[in-house]
Amino acid sequence: MSFLDRLFGQETRSKDIAKQRLQLVLVHDRAGIPAALIELIKDEIIQVISKHLEIDREAMEVNLTVAEKGQNRLVADIPIIHVKEPYGT
Amino acid sequence: MTTRVVTITSGKGGVGKTTTTANLAASLAQAGKRVVAIDADIGLRNLDVVLGLENRIVYDIVDVVEGRCRLRQALIRDKRLPDLNLLPAAQTRDKSAVRPDQMIHLVEQLYNDFDFVLIDSPAGIEQGFRNAIAPAKEILIVTTPEVSAVRDADRIIGLIEAEGKGPGRLILNRIKPDLVKRGDMLDTHDVLDILAIELIGIVPEDESIVVSTNKGVPIVMNGATPAGVAYRNIARRLLGEEVPFQVLKTTHPGLLDRLFRFARGQG
Repeated sequence: MSFLDRLFGQETRSKDIAKQRLQLVLVHDRAGIPAALIELIKDEIIQVISKHLEIDREAMEVNLTVAEKGQNRLVADIPIIHVKEPYGT
Repeated sequence: MTTRVVTITSGKGGVGKTTTTANLAASLAQAGKRVVAIDADIGLRNLDVVLGLENRIVYDIVDVVEGRCRLRQALIRDKRLPDLNLLPAAQTRDKSAVRPDQMIHLVEQLYNDFDFVLIDSPAGIEQGFRNAIAPAKEILIVTTPEVSAVRDADRIIGLIEAEGKGPGRLILNRIKPDLVKRGDMLDTHDVLDILAIELIGIVPEDESIVVSTNKGVPIVMNGATPAGVAYRNIARRLLGEEVPFQVLKTTHPGLLDRLFRFARGQG
């Protein structure tokens, strides 16, 4: 990588990947919540929501995060495609 | 004068706990402190060879705990540094040969006669680790700037806090300044950002560690090498001195360094 590339940050440095991976794995380690449990919860959320809404399952994200003050949070981002009957228009 | 009991631990193996313990013990003894270094890695004894005292072992920690000798008989005094003493681990037993309460009792017998008791913890989070932290009043966590080592350090920090022994202080070992400069190694800032504990030392990767371990002479006994200076600085910080953290040198100066040097007429 050239000096200029580096200066303008055009390539991801491997240490940034390392830091990102660490932060992700530590969120699960610290919370004592394994990634497999999050997957399970995600599947169940899909089942419940799909009764009423058609959602974009591929784009859906359920992540464990640590908010300020160290509280664990489950953050779900679920794109809706459309509302199912009888509420749909 | 109260005895300071400091345990050196890491979670992950091979990050430099034993080298750190040996060098801090030697450094504190050089500063005139009476030191006992305890090898708590029963079954995988190593501190003796790093200190170059392996030929002088008669009794070990399990002999003391099981009453085959008195504690003083098992201590090996370093002839090069008379204030440095080693209590070796047993090689033929395993971690279950000693319990945490026995470790506490053993260390209490050293109170008042010594300024420092340094305990070299085994890797892992099982009984050997429990034994090593049971008598501790202070804890130093050694890690290297790698994903696996930092992850394990984070786990250890959590366990130490759960035991009420926290928060501990961090030694970042085996930093390679050239890799850091290239953005291919986590730097001090990254690791502290993740682990959020106090830093007590940064030790650069240094080939002279290999040479010193080959010879059984701790690097702090061996002139001014980069790692030796770093260990000596940690010992001084342990003693309460304010020592600024060194800027680690890279072997190949970067463009900016070269420009500065050029501008200053140093080519």
